[in-house]
Amino acid sequence: MEGRSAGDVIFKIALTGAALSVPTLLGFLVFELWAGSRLAIAKYGLGFVTGTTWDPVAEDFGALPLIFGTLVSASIALAIAVPLSLGVAIYLTEFSPKWLRQPVAFLIELLAAIPSVVYGLWGIFVLVPVLKSTVFPFLRDTLGFLPFFQGPIYGNSMLAAGIILAIMVMPYIMSVSREVLNAVPASQREAAMGLGATRWEAAWTAVVPYARSGIIGAVILGLGRALGETMAVTMLIGNRNEIAASLFAPGYTMAAVIANEFSEATTDMHFAALTYVALVLFAVTVLVNAMARLLIWRVGRGKPSGGQGA
Amino acid sequence: MNRVVWRRWKSRIMVSLLIASVLVAVAPLILILGTLIIRGAGSINFDFFTRMPAPAGEAGGGVAHAIVGTLLMVGTAGLIGLPLGIGAGVFCSEFPRSKLATTARFVADVMNGTPSIVIGVVAWTLIVARQKHFSGFAGSAALAMIMIPMVLRTTEEMIKLVPHSLREAALALGYPRWRTSLSVMVRTCLPGIVTGSLLAIARVAGETAPLLFTALGSQFMGTNLRQPIAALPLTVFTYATGPYDDWHRIAWATALVLIMVVLCLSLIARLATRQRFHD
Repeated sequence: MEGRSAGDVIFKIALTGAALSVPTLLGFLVFELWAGSRLAIAKYGLGFVTGTTWDPVAEDFGALPLIFGTLVSASIALAIAVPLSLGVAIYLTEFSPKWLRQPVAFLIELLAAIPSVVYGLWGIFVLVPVLKSTVFPFLRDTLGFLPFFQGPIYGNSMLAAGIILAIMVMPYIMSVSREVLNAVPASQREAAMGLGATRWEAAWTAVVPYARSGIIGAVILGLGRALGETMAVTMLIGNRNEIAASLFAPGYTMAAVIANEFSEATTDMHFAALTYVALVLFAVTVLVNAMARLLIWRVGRGKPSGGQGA
Repeated sequence: MNRVVWRRWKSRIMVSLLIASVLVAVAPLILILGTLIIRGAGSINFDFFTRMPAPAGEAGGGVAHAIVGTLLMVGTAGLIGLPLGIGAGVFCSEFPRSKLATTARFVADVMNGTPSIVIGVVAWTLIVARQKHFSGFAGSAALAMIMIPMVLRTTEEMIKLVPHSLREAALALGYPRWRTSLSVMVRTCLPGIVTGSLLAIARVAGETAPLLFTALGSQFMGTNLRQPIAALPLTVFTYATGPYDDWHRIAWATALVLIMVVLCLSLIARLATRQRFHD
């Protein structure tokens, strides 16, 4: 009882040191990104995000096509992954026999453990050939009246990158939505069924709306993943710096341009422009993730979001 | 009555759509693992683990240099990242309401969402730009930066699962705080912390993006972390995007080895936690 033991003091100092390392790292991260891109920030300011040329030789840089490619590939990914992962999550929480839940969830979550570069490899040699020979021509023949599905067919394209991203973000959206749906009180289901709802009606009108903000959070979390995904996209998107309406055309993303050019850059301005791209990417993902956390946290606190819980 | 029949049918149709979505969602995993085994397994033999790559155009050869490089780099990253991450996690559970813990937790979430390529850029400006050469150590630093926030979160979550009464009992018996924390709290959930660490190691072992311009990769056997060094994911990338069929064959085999390592680590980790905490 006489004061704190020496062991306690050492213990606290050591732990504090470890804990301090985390904010310090973030400090370094933000500072280094800012310092590294100073040259480009001074030259272009915010106009960087609306410039459309990317010419390392003439040292003229603008990131609009990169931002466009990042947003479009991530949107394709979400358009495919959201219905699928929600379908799986709803099935597993509301309909599936109990013994099936763990194994299926486990299999899909294993997708999250596969390294990005392996997705890229599989994409190059399996996915893209199939897309190019059958899926893309089929899309052009059936949906060719839309501007997204016109023009010459390339294998490596925005759509190929979007599809591989969809597979990659699916496990994240699925597992978070599943957690959120599991957190919905059983009384919601019982009340709906008691009023004579079918099982589907109970799930769709009483359970899903209750978990809505958490599900949106899960989707945004997936968006954050899709925006920053690098290797698979770099290997499949075709790496061409232009804004095309057709999803069959190659594109470029912020992460891919860094991956391709950083180790080969020679001029200070080129490095600065690439670091500026990294800074923009970092800022976007922080915003997106903060939004997602906020929404998921609201459901965790038990606040229904779909009107009065129905 | 007609309406009731329709509603029942609608329910049935929607449930079959849900089942279809499960099948579609599970398919990629099976396709990817299947192709890896079919295209990769044939090239895996003893030489593959012990030999250096053959010159382009020649058959045979292995990826011993990349296996050594990955072991060294991930090992170093673990030596830096695990103690810091676990320490920070223990801090957050010991002083959960302190300003530092709240900040560390928030920052860890921010960093967990940061794309790994951005971490690579930071490791480049911090280390490679200052030393003026690529190095395996810069790669390790980038991987450690990815590990620390992950391990912090899992460690804290695991310690949270330990009943508070254990802590109270230990303190009441006159244990000093540090022993209560280490030999009661941490000891009790040690399997969970090990699991978190294994998952973090599995995750960074497959990372390519942060190594592209830090470790850079190399065609030679190297054990010096101050030099550019090879790694399994980098080898997959280089060989997959190269022009030769032999290279593609090696890319498939290397990817198979990589995925076996990563999946084994995650499987062990998951099974260990499930037994401990969910049954």
